[in-house]
Amino acid sequence: MRKGEIIKVSGPLVVAKGMTGSKMYDVVRVSEERLVGEIIELSGDTASIQVYENTSGIGPGEPVYMTDHPLFVELGPGLIESIFDGIQRPLDIIRDQTGDNISRGIEIPALERDIKWHFKPLVKKGDVVKPGDIIGEVKETVLVIHKIMMPHHTEGKVKTIKQGEFLVTDTICEVETKNGVVSLTMLQRWPVRQPRPYKERLAPTVLLPTGQRIIDTFFPIAKGGTACCPGPFGSGKTVIQHQLAKWAEAEIIVYIGCGERGNEMTDVLMEFPKLKDPLSGESLMKRTVLIANTSNMPVAAREASVYTGITIAEYFRDMGYSVAVMADSTSRWAEAMREISGRLEEMPGEEGYPAYLSAKVSAFYERAGRVKAMGEPKRQGALSVIGAVSPPGGDLSDPVVQATLRVVKVFWSLEDKLAYQRHFPAISWLNSYSLYVDDVSEEINKKVGKDFTDLSKEAMRLLEQEAELQEIVRLIGVDALSPEDKLILEGARSLREDFLHQNAFHEVDTYASLKKQYMMLSACLFNYNKARNALARGAVFSDIIKMEVREKIARMRYLPETEIDKIDKIKDEIVKGFDRLIKGGKIQEKKEEAEQDKKEKVEEAAGEENEKKNTKGTKESREEK
Amino acid sequence: MIKEYSSILNVAGPLLLVEGVKDVKYEELVEIYTGSGEKKRGRVLEVDKDKALVQIFEGSTGIDVQNCRVRFLARTLHIGVSEDMLGRIFDGLGRPKDGGPEIIPEAMLDINGAPINPTARNYPDEFIQTGISSIDGINTLVRGQKLPIFSGSGLPHNRLAAQIVRQSRVLGGEEEFAVVFGAMGITFEEANFFIQDFTKSGALERVVLFLNLADNPAIERVSTPRVAFTVAEYLAFEKGLHILVVLSDMTNYAEALREIAAARKEIPGRRGYPGYLYTDLASVYERSGRIKGKKGSITLIPILSMPEDDKTHPIPDLTGYITEGQIILSRSLYRKKISPPIDVQQSLSRLKDKGIGKGKTREDHADLFNQLIACYARGKEAAELSVILGEAALSDLDKIYLKFSQAFEEKYILQGEDENRTIEQTLNLGWDLLRQVPRSEMKRVREEYLQRYYDHTDDTEK
Repeated sequence: MRKGEIIKVSGPLVVAKGMTGSKMYDVVRVSEERLVGEIIELSGDTASIQVYENTSGIGPGEPVYMTDHPLFVELGPGLIESIFDGIQRPLDIIRDQTGDNISRGIEIPALERDIKWHFKPLVKKGDVVKPGDIIGEVKETVLVIHKIMMPHHTEGKVKTIKQGEFLVTDTICEVETKNGVVSLTMLQRWPVRQPRPYKERLAPTVLLPTGQRIIDTFFPIAKGGTACCPGPFGSGKTVIQHQLAKWAEAEIIVYIGCGERGNEMTDVLMEFPKLKDPLSGESLMKRTVLIANTSNMPVAAREASVYTGITIAEYFRDMGYSVAVMADSTSRWAEAMREISGRLEEMPGEEGYPAYLSAKVSAFYERAGRVKAMGEPKRQGALSVIGAVSPPGGDLSDPVVQATLRVVKVFWSLEDKLAYQRHFPAISWLNSYSLYVDDVSEEINKKVGKDFTDLSKEAMRLLEQEAELQEIVRLIGVDALSPEDKLILEGARSLREDFLHQNAFHEVDTYASLKKQYMMLSACLFNYNKARNALARGAVFSDIIKMEVREKIARMRYLPETEIDKIDKIKDEIVKGFDRLIKGGKIQEKKEEAEQDKKEKVEEAAGEENEKKNTKGTKESREEK
Repeated sequence: MIKEYSSILNVAGPLLLVEGVKDVKYEELVEIYTGSGEKKRGRVLEVDKDKALVQIFEGSTGIDVQNCRVRFLARTLHIGVSEDMLGRIFDGLGRPKDGGPEIIPEAMLDINGAPINPTARNYPDEFIQTGISSIDGINTLVRGQKLPIFSGSGLPHNRLAAQIVRQSRVLGGEEEFAVVFGAMGITFEEANFFIQDFTKSGALERVVLFLNLADNPAIERVSTPRVAFTVAEYLAFEKGLHILVVLSDMTNYAEALREIAAARKEIPGRRGYPGYLYTDLASVYERSGRIKGKKGSITLIPILSMPEDDKTHPIPDLTGYITEGQIILSRSLYRKKISPPIDVQQSLSRLKDKGIGKGKTREDHADLFNQLIACYARGKEAAELSVILGEAALSDLDKIYLKFSQAFEEKYILQGEDENRTIEQTLNLGWDLLRQVPRSEMKRVREEYLQRYYDHTDDTEK
């Protein structure tokens, strides 16, 4: 093995001479401890190397071994349910071998070598296979069928293909190519910094449902789209990322914990296996790959972790899956770049970040997309990227936020003001945006209700009106408003508290299907419109806000998915309530009798009680007049 | 082999550049002998061919270019640890300061530690009762958490920290605990306050103190939290003790870091702090936690003073991104004589959700604190409004909320320094306060809990 010699050590940066023949981004092994490093600058025969492990105790004169290959990931069965560090070393196996703390110079293959997978061929002897063609499959978990694809740059005629139990390193197929026979294994490698090719890029027009009301209803993300959620600490970035990882309707989730808290990764590791996917009823871990490079792990590996994650995601995309990548947090990734750049003594751009920050950020997000994959059979895959950004002090003029906002199409602005009021998710409905709204609206309307888009627009208008009225209230008080305006405030309040607020830690509220979202939104607005109507017809504002049905509206969120048709009953109650309010509850009796036969006795009693109270209320209001 | 050089090229601030060196390693420990025979310690920050850049812990006073000798010790900074360290006082680098004998080490450990494998971590979910309502009820502390106190000059953060140390216990069982206290650049008076308080409560035998006071070398501070954590890790994960680490004041630590960065002429980040401040702070804070299969745990309470009470200053800001929440002290509450002046709205414990509820505190805890905060927030809004428009302009409901928020501050947050409330008391107090607000406003509470706790009162009704 060729080797060079260290001449300088400065934190994670090592400079070595005698490195002739090495290429940019080649992986090297530093010193006899064999620390993993990557060449990031070449000048003459000296190379600057960023080292992915702690360099203390390393000094000039020690060797640097060249490997002549770039940083790559191993792709094949065994990825799902794994937890890797930033350069795809399996953390669980590291723990078994070296204990609770991560030591240096560990060399463990990413994919377990001694597991046998059942390989089922999908091509026959004599078939002509091209790059990207699916030659067979492995049932990796209950949720994921791992398709084995032809490696790129290989095509020819199938000479032999096997069926049965194999290790990832066993030959499963031989292909006669122009350059002779090539043996294929289930294991493939791909350099992380190079995007995987596809046949054709498609526009992202299919909704990625997330089960989060404010996201799906107001600021949806499309499959193959990009989103970012910047916010100061404590605004709930990580909770949102976790929520999306749990409930987004993607077939594969790649969660990259990049420079964040160790306990957060532990949380994912302990909670995901227990949670059930609402679609398949299986454990969420069965579709998840975790990349963990926590804040106290070496900084250079943090830089690599986002690439490791997205390359794995691209691989599953090529199988035809819808994949979602969560990167928490891209700011830590940018900071790692800044640290390395500083050590290289590069001329800094804004805030000390390297001048190429924005280019790197855009290139990363551009790896998202909905594509037609290479090869046969024809299939489409999508890779959505959701990045958290942690700007200092929540300041959105931060270079990382700005570089991100230039490329992503969805912006969920997290505000600490909302978080202090314990309004979660603390996504600001006024500042956030999604450029996919129009692309996905047609599909949602078809799926859940043809007026879904209209409702969401109406709701947004109400919230905007509220913001304007709040200004006035702040100056002259709420009593100066007309009843109509007060009702707008009331309607918006109901939207905020009964619809937008969603408790991630409540077993039911944590996820809302599109249908449930639609029904809840529709009930909120129905109530508001009925109230406006009643107001116009002489009802008194103070009676309207005393209506009992309001409590039911507030509790819609706790209805399990199996009981969401109860929301329609709430609508009936709203109608009844307002009729009573207007007419004093006399004309209604007939209708009520008819319905009493159908309804359960408990509700009946409650209804009667309501009736009494409301009648009383109306009488009082008349007296007022 | 130990090598000694006298080829000092230059000295600038806390940094020393030695040339002609051979086989020097990054982060190697260094001893410097001045012309007058004084011994100082340092470590290698960078090696470039035959030049080594050394950071001197004790500061560069007395060092000259001609007569000084530099000895490279061929090892990184290790400290000897032992269970006998409990009850002792050390300086910022771990040397005895109380006149007692040297420690006979049971193990020699690298002060930088090694990152805990995320798969080896155990999620912190054991409730710690501090006896302080605004922490237990609203911003619950759990074992293995890192929860900083963001304070400002003149605010009683030391008293709060001392109260936490005094009162903290885990429900259902007395277990061995100990405190590791790291002082960085705080004054003699502040350090003395803690020592007195520990003595008074009889906790001093369970405390290891590392004192780098305001008049001690600033550069030494960079090692103090690492030394403290090395001992804490040993006691927690080797000896099975539950350790509470208190670090005060992290602002001084970060400033020492900035001093070194400036001396190295590094490109500064925000406010002159180095770009790697986040990573550096993380390498300290992240050493706390629990490990699967190990009995002990490390809970961390760093104290930092926010310059100008500004939470967006890089030190509190970056700390907040690493720690699992924060307890923020509020000057306006303190002026109202509400003490401990914990700003419950801005404070947050990220791990509380896993540490509370049935079997840990009580089933209604989560709903209750959500409701309390929501009501308090509404009350604060009403208060703001009444400042502008007068109380008469408030709606009836807003008036109720206003009264609630005042009562909340005076009864719930306000608490004597020796008042130790059980979690039961804290929760019931919450319900007592909530009953001022109409039942229909209890939107964050499940119906069953409302029936059980809001409707049901054993004493104060009517």
